[in-house]
Amino acid sequence: MTRFSAWNIFWQGMSGQKGWTRQWRDPEPKPHYDVVIIGGGLHGLATAYYLSKNHGIRNVAVLEKGWIGGGNAGRNTTIVRSNYTQPGNREFYEHSLKLWEQLSHDLNYNVMFSQRSHIALLHSPGAVDAASRNYNTMRLTGNADAEIWSLGQLKETVPHLNYGGDARFPIMGAAVHKRAGTARHDAVVWGYARSADQLGVDIIQNCEVTGILCDGGRVTGLETSRGKISAGKLGLAVAGNTSRLWNMAGMSHLPIESHKLQAFVSEPLKPLLDQVVVFGMGGAHFYISQSDKGGMVFGGDLDWYKSYAQKGNLPIVQDVAEAAMSVLPCLGRVRLLRHWSGVVDMSMDGTHFISKTPLDNLYLNAGWNYGGFKATPAAGTYFADLIANDRPHKVIANHDLKRFERGIQLDERGAGPDPKLHG
Amino acid sequence: MIRIPCPFCGTRDHSEFAYGGDGSITYPSLDAPMQDWHDAVFQRENICGVQVETWQHVNGCRMWILVERDTMTHEIHSVRPAHAGMAKALGAAS
Repeated sequence: MTRFSAWNIFWQGMSGQKGWTRQWRDPEPKPHYDVVIIGGGLHGLATAYYLSKNHGIRNVAVLEKGWIGGGNAGRNTTIVRSNYTQPGNREFYEHSLKLWEQLSHDLNYNVMFSQRSHIALLHSPGAVDAASRNYNTMRLTGNADAEIWSLGQLKETVPHLNYGGDARFPIMGAAVHKRAGTARHDAVVWGYARSADQLGVDIIQNCEVTGILCDGGRVTGLETSRGKISAGKLGLAVAGNTSRLWNMAGMSHLPIESHKLQAFVSEPLKPLLDQVVVFGMGGAHFYISQSDKGGMVFGGDLDWYKSYAQKGNLPIVQDVAEAAMSVLPCLGRVRLLRHWSGVVDMSMDGTHFISKTPLDNLYLNAGWNYGGFKATPAAGTYFADLIANDRPHKVIANHDLKRFERGIQLDERGAGPDPKLHG
Repeated sequence: MIRIPCPFCGTRDHSEFAYGGDGSITYPSLDAPMQDWHDAVFQRENICGVQVETWQHVNGCRMWILVERDTMTHEIHSVRPAHAGMAKALGAAS
């Protein structure tokens, strides 16, 4: 595989672009792997990469039922941030953001990470107080990247928000997280796949797991659409379908419900919005950024009812359109290019699980709610660490399945144990 | 749009309703062991297929109903009032 560099691009340009090779192999599955990861999305690929890079475990396979990056990796709104306040979450996401900052160099693949600021609009004195409290917590616990902006400062930076006197929710200020931003989701998938493959990981696409074979409290192997594969250790990274795999392993019940989340992209526009802007007010929820291609990428609430179907419903399209008009009225005549839906694991407290399970050699990465994309580098790092060392890193000590039994809920919103409320 | 046949009002768009959650959960008695309460509050079967769930007709009769719905196809198999006694008192079909 050719390493990307300015010299190589120049050389290939001079020689007709004929020297490039495949970015990753397309191997036949081997009969045995030391570690098998189910799920060729961002977390599965990142886990395989860090298993081989950080822990020297190279006999690893990533099984993907479709094509890599075809699930939620290709269905999100690509926002990366670390403005979390619960202990455990703030260290986790801050570590993730630090890894994002180096990711293009680390993978030798341009993931187009753009730290363009995350601006959360505030619409009431109570919201300003709550945001100040959260951002003070962030500053006191090691993340100095937290600012509360006045209305004047916000108007200067983003002049085309709806500041009119007739706005349904007049803007009073904003909570700003400057190192946050967006990345190119496909590039992240391909970058991890390419680097993992280079380290010896087999990425096996069109390989659906149909059964998990267990014996005496251990996983022994898998039945797949491409034959039987035996596994020393098994990791699940299949957000959306976690409960189905859990059932295959002979278990039932998880603190997770599958819900669907829609996202939208408009026709490409000239540069309009330099930041990620977020609006959240009572029952309304809206977040928007502009992609490098010019499309306005945005989303809102869940569809509100449990579902495994990757298809969205129209009432949310209307809700999101209304929120868009109330925040950025200049979008009124912009045409929608596409909208789509992904199935997400909504957990009972809005926080994820990177956890050991009742089976000795089965490990779980699940429950990412709205936040799986930004978590990718840290999720891969800590999940690989858990699989390799068979014990949780101290940062993820409370990200296990048993935290509720200990009375711990990592509930950033304070919404309570109802999965659909953790958007 | 999902269309839900409300036993009190007739068939309406799902946007008139609020989704409750898993309707198969029964809460244990107040003095039940902590583990039973943990399981009822935090653990979900999360069925891919037909499940019983609660919905409330918030923009209609405000009644809670139990809906048997497929979580993959969204097809509704049955709808009944969540409180059979109340439905009977109101003279609705149960």
